[in-house]
Amino acid sequence: MSKPYYDAADLRKFGKITEWSEELGNKFFDYYGKVFEEGALTAREKSLIALAVAHTEQCPYCIDAYTKDSLQRGVTKEEMMEAIHVGAAIKSGATLVHGVQMMNKVNKLDG
Amino acid sequence: MATATKSLKKQGSDLAQSNKQIEILSNGIFQNGELPTFKNKISETSQFPLKAKKLEILQINVGYMCNQVCDHCHVDAGPDRKEIMTRDTMRQCLEVIKNTGAHTLDLTGGAPEMNPDFRWFVEEAAKAGIKDFIVRSNLTIIRANKKYYDLPEFFKKHNVHVVSSMPHWTRGKTDKQRGDGVFDKSIKALQELNAVGYGMPGSDLKLDLVYNPSGAFLPGDQAAMEKDFKKALMEDFGIEFHNLFAITNLPIARFLDYLIASENYEDYMYSLVEAYNPAAVKNVMCTNTLSISWDGYLFDCDFNQMLELPVNSKSKHISEFNEELLEGRNIVISQHCYGCTAGAGSSCQGVVA
Repeated sequence: MSKPYYDAADLRKFGKITEWSEELGNKFFDYYGKVFEEGALTAREKSLIALAVAHTEQCPYCIDAYTKDSLQRGVTKEEMMEAIHVGAAIKSGATLVHGVQMMNKVNKLDG
Repeated sequence: MATATKSLKKQGSDLAQSNKQIEILSNGIFQNGELPTFKNKISETSQFPLKAKKLEILQINVGYMCNQVCDHCHVDAGPDRKEIMTRDTMRQCLEVIKNTGAHTLDLTGGAPEMNPDFRWFVEEAAKAGIKDFIVRSNLTIIRANKKYYDLPEFFKKHNVHVVSSMPHWTRGKTDKQRGDGVFDKSIKALQELNAVGYGMPGSDLKLDLVYNPSGAFLPGDQAAMEKDFKKALMEDFGIEFHNLFAITNLPIARFLDYLIASENYEDYMYSLVEAYNPAAVKNVMCTNTLSISWDGYLFDCDFNQMLELPVNSKSKHISEFNEELLEGRNIVISQHCYGCTAGAGSSCQGVVA
């Protein structure tokens, strides 16, 4: 059986990306760390945003990471699911709002 | 996590044996070099061997019997555990309490209140005038039986500092870890403690809560969690408390059993090692604490007690307690110690770094 494209254990190796491009890798991780610090938003709120975006980006590593991070911050499963629905609503809304472009085109070509 | 009804010991589980637990913690990913052993890790910053400093906290485990069977329990406590401290051993402890330089006395269990000599011991120990006298109460014991209903008044009378477990401010997460109905009973008990003055702003009657995660993940920031707990418990139930201690679950006993059964063991150990904080090593609780078991033996901490790893000292039992001899001893370590050095560190008093 061939190996799957995604391996959950690879998430542990994320830091290794700096090995092949140290300066850029370090800059990214510095930035990443800073973004998730407590600021105008709490770290808990940021974790929920990250969880929602992890789903819209369909990144399995990010989903694992921010599900765990949310649990660590005391987020309940109901809150997590609601956050994902927010992501899903924007994602589907972004699809459907393009329907207006389709309608415009139909009206122009066949109106 | 499913809620158990019997201790691992009663179930006859292999993991009830401390040597089996130590074997698991020493083999696998730690034996094949995938992860560094705790000894190697603290050696990187020249912190091996860990040495005991001046004794500050005397923690006495008065028995493993408990009215609850919590999924994460490192004691493997429960109604079926019969290990109970006798009054004779308590007398030996009292001699030590009267003469020790320690500023804190910390009674734990099981549910310490279930020891038949608990009240006598508290009354006697309170006379020693120790600065901070803690009883670790699981809260539900206060509502478990009529004979315990007056515990809030009893604690108040002896100026006991109450430290209680509360895994979450929601019913679902609390009951999942500690059993059905635990949340409602705990809320009622907290309200009764508040009613006699415990946990109120400015009150000398200290009421602190202990938060430890309900699953295979580490606790979040203690200050942020405290803020969330205070807001939710006040808004939903009008409950006040002083401080929240965020404690990491150590991979021993029932929590180790859960980690293995749920296939989370390796990931959890990775999380602990990745979160290793050398600054937390300096203040780990074993350096200023002694743990005394129900039968009077001395350990570096309650976790080592459960793993049956005795102190590395000639003074091994309360009957031959020698504070000078114990100071400067080498602390006995294994991979479970990563639980106390992850992130901001963890101790029975919460974060340490």
